Amino acid sequence: MLSVDRIRNFSIISHVDHGKSTLSDRILELTGAVDPRLMREQYLDSMDIERERGITIKAQNVRVTWRDHTLHLIDTPGHVDFGYEVSRSLAACEGAVLLVDASQGIQAQTLANCYQALEHDLEIVAVLNKIDLPAADPERCAAEIEQVLGLDAADVLRISAKTGEGVPELLDAVLARVPPPTGDPDLPLRALIFDSAYDQYRGVVSSIRVVDGTLDARDRLRFMHSGARHDIEEIGVRTPEPVPVVSLGPGEVGYLIAGIKDVGGARSGETVTSDVRPAPEPLAGYRDPKPMVFCGLFPIDGDELPDLRDALEKLRLNDASFTYEPESSRALGFGFRCGFLGLLHMEIVRERLEREFDLALIATAPSVAYRAFLTDGSEVRVDNPSELPEPSQLDHVDEPMLRATILTPAEYTGTVMELCQSRRGELVRMEYLSPERVEFVYVIPLAEVVVSFFDQLKSRTKGYASLDYEPEGYATADLVKVDLLINRAPVDAFSTIVHRTQADVYGRRMTEKLRELIPRQLFDVPIQAAIGGRVLARETVKARRKDVLAKCYGGDITRKRKLLEKQKEGKKKMKSIGRVEVPQEAFVSALRLDD
Amino acid sequence: MSTSEAVGDRGAFGVYVHVPFCASRCDYCAFATYVDRDHLMASYADACVSEVRRAVVEEGLPEATSVFFGGGTPSRLPAHLLAAVLDAIVRAPGCEVTVECNPEDVTDELLDAYLGAGVTRISMGVQSTSPRVLDGLGRRHQPGTALAAAALVGAAGFASWNLDLIFGGAGETDADWERSLGDVLGLDRPPPHLSAYALTVEPGTPLARHPARHPDEDVQADRYERTDAVLEAAGYAWEEISNWARPGHQCRHNQLYWAQGDYRGIGSAAHSHRAGRRWWNLRTPDRFVHAIQAGVDPTAGAEVLDVRQRAFERLALALRTPAGVPVAALPDTSELAGLVERSGDRAVLTVRGRLLANMVTTRLVPDAVGEPA
Repeated sequence: MLSVDRIRNFSIISHVDHGKSTLSDRILELTGAVDPRLMREQYLDSMDIERERGITIKAQNVRVTWRDHTLHLIDTPGHVDFGYEVSRSLAACEGAVLLVDASQGIQAQTLANCYQALEHDLEIVAVLNKIDLPAADPERCAAEIEQVLGLDAADVLRISAKTGEGVPELLDAVLARVPPPTGDPDLPLRALIFDSAYDQYRGVVSSIRVVDGTLDARDRLRFMHSGARHDIEEIGVRTPEPVPVVSLGPGEVGYLIAGIKDVGGARSGETVTSDVRPAPEPLAGYRDPKPMVFCGLFPIDGDELPDLRDALEKLRLNDASFTYEPESSRALGFGFRCGFLGLLHMEIVRERLEREFDLALIATAPSVAYRAFLTDGSEVRVDNPSELPEPSQLDHVDEPMLRATILTPAEYTGTVMELCQSRRGELVRMEYLSPERVEFVYVIPLAEVVVSFFDQLKSRTKGYASLDYEPEGYATADLVKVDLLINRAPVDAFSTIVHRTQADVYGRRMTEKLRELIPRQLFDVPIQAAIGGRVLARETVKARRKDVLAKCYGGDITRKRKLLEKQKEGKKKMKSIGRVEVPQEAFVSALRLDD
Repeated sequence: MSTSEAVGDRGAFGVYVHVPFCASRCDYCAFATYVDRDHLMASYADACVSEVRRAVVEEGLPEATSVFFGGGTPSRLPAHLLAAVLDAIVRAPGCEVTVECNPEDVTDELLDAYLGAGVTRISMGVQSTSPRVLDGLGRRHQPGTALAAAALVGAAGFASWNLDLIFGGAGETDADWERSLGDVLGLDRPPPHLSAYALTVEPGTPLARHPARHPDEDVQADRYERTDAVLEAAGYAWEEISNWARPGHQCRHNQLYWAQGDYRGIGSAAHSHRAGRRWWNLRTPDRFVHAIQAGVDPTAGAEVLDVRQRAFERLALALRTPAGVPVAALPDTSELAGLVERSGDRAVLTVRGRLLANMVTTRLVPDAVGEPA
């Protein structure tokens, strides 16, 4: 068993593109953990999407040796959607390397994670990366770190993860500054699961950090939150290749395989103890992940519904944080209502479904979970706008709020405030981090953030602003459901819940869009946006009068027949709404344009 | 119905000769035609003659009941070359022989030469009598030239002749269109046959690149309905979606197309049909001439229609004409009310229905009709 004073557990906190994966690669090389001939870029990122987007979705951990000490590098997920996962990873560490791009400075999400690390009482080793770039401004960035986090600018290290410059000094600093774990080997076992991944051959493989006691490969385990008992199949450490061990002592980080069928059975934050000698209390900080953002996912080809169901089942083995249940839509057919931790999570799941399972999908506009209070005193949870009760039955509706932190260059102050105000944000705090950079804290409805807020923020600040947020409870708001009706029949996929002041704009925008997308029929088709029975906006798709091809001579016949055969075939694929034949592509385009 | 006899003319066989040469390219034209290949004219005519002779030997080409020189601009081909191609085609007695002409090419000498060669019918593109509209269509001729040429054609003594008009060009007003119709009908000798085409935006044409100049469907629908009313009043009967004729002046060759009849296309890009097989020649005149000179088959592509496709195509074509389709081929639904009317055991498009012929065609149920006779 390792002596705790020779162990250092740390993670790297960094913004997307600030070089975390590159630094991890350098550390693996420098400590001889990976044979240089087998080295590849972003070694620890296992999913294609992770490599392509340059973000980490699943946490990884790796054990390396540096100057006779054992270092556990615990990689954290790199996006705001996975804040809870980040917090569990941080809970497995005593220190954190704050890695900042010296040409960009600290970003909102990095700052948020860093505050989280400070809350966990982690020792922060601040590092400026990319000092080899001409645009690097290490002086300014170091000053900013001192100003924002109260760390001494003189202690901020300077490295180039790309060239490896300064990386040995960084590892030395981790040894010197990050405290060794504390933990009593004689207490009953308590180990923290901070990540779980599904492996098709081995079942669930969990990343685990022993806090107290000893995890013995022969133990029978009890999962204190789920209540399940499991026999260990294998424990081991990642070097980064998995190496089985017979036991893991306090402070050690490794992996656990215990015959678990899906990651929902081994959630991040779970406390593992011995079934024979259980600990009296689990470790603090467990939380059930709650989906925040919802959308309907439908196969574009209805025949792919069973494939979509299979794919969702398989993904769920590896991701307990998204939910799905069957949904049927008149416009889009059969599909699933899915819940996600956030927008990126939604995008990732959708992309994996399309890419790994070869499905063509259409997603409805993202929604949030509302609490509808009815006049009869009851309460309904609504995550699908088409299911919001009629206005006459509603007493009031509460919506989920966020506490959003935005960091931006000072020149965009007005722009950012304008955006937040237009999205019903309430300014809580505004602070100059330096003469050039401003931090805003807003309380803002989640629903306003899920619809293109981040893109808007990025485009209005030329990409310089960064965003972090955390849930901030619910607040009552004057919310209404706007329905879109085609020939007086509602199109469920377009129902949306908006603030009353935005209903007209939404109604006009959608009726205009649908007027352009819905093909002309044999009769005039009214397109209306309405709240309950009250029409907000109306457009008319005028009856079609002419579609005939003017010429049909010898050379035209083949072409014309093919066109007509195609139209005849296309007619079969039309969805009929209120006697109106609408090609599914029209709905698909309308939803795409709504992004 | 008089025209239903013409459709389904038994024993009819057509020969189409494509003439891929033009003085300039019209903005809306997607035909296989070229403005820079005049040097090929003689060898092209030779190649057409060779192709006809080979078809006689290899395919047992029947006697033609109609011949149609289309283009391109057949009137740009020197008359003796056109006559040489026509001479190679074995024609049945009374064979209809049409040549498409551009107004700027028409002279008494040319028309005499055509008459001497056996041409019986002229089809000339006037398109519009408004200078502004002609300009917008990218046509070179002046309205005066076209009407003068029409007068020459009318006086020349052909058995029949046709003028083409196009409606819906950029800048055309309802009044412009009325005037074009009026100018043509007001000729001392008005044409016994008229084609009036809704301007169509074909992919790849200069027009396609200018959405601002694209015709408005509703405007075109109005002008079509007006056209039909004016022509009916002037003694013309509707012949096909875009064609009207005085009694006895239907174009026999075009009737063949609409009756799913057999025809042989000669020259580059020409299409042929015999008994459910459709094929077409190489698209450019250069490659066509080269293939013929090398003794190689100039066919570029072919398709054989299965029974269902043939039945559907036959109905789709007939629906464009007053012959209509058997009543059983169209469902009796309220959505078709006002678009189709019964005429004996046939369902025939109304004027409104003609404008929506594609939509009506997609409702056809060929299986309900059975095998084509």
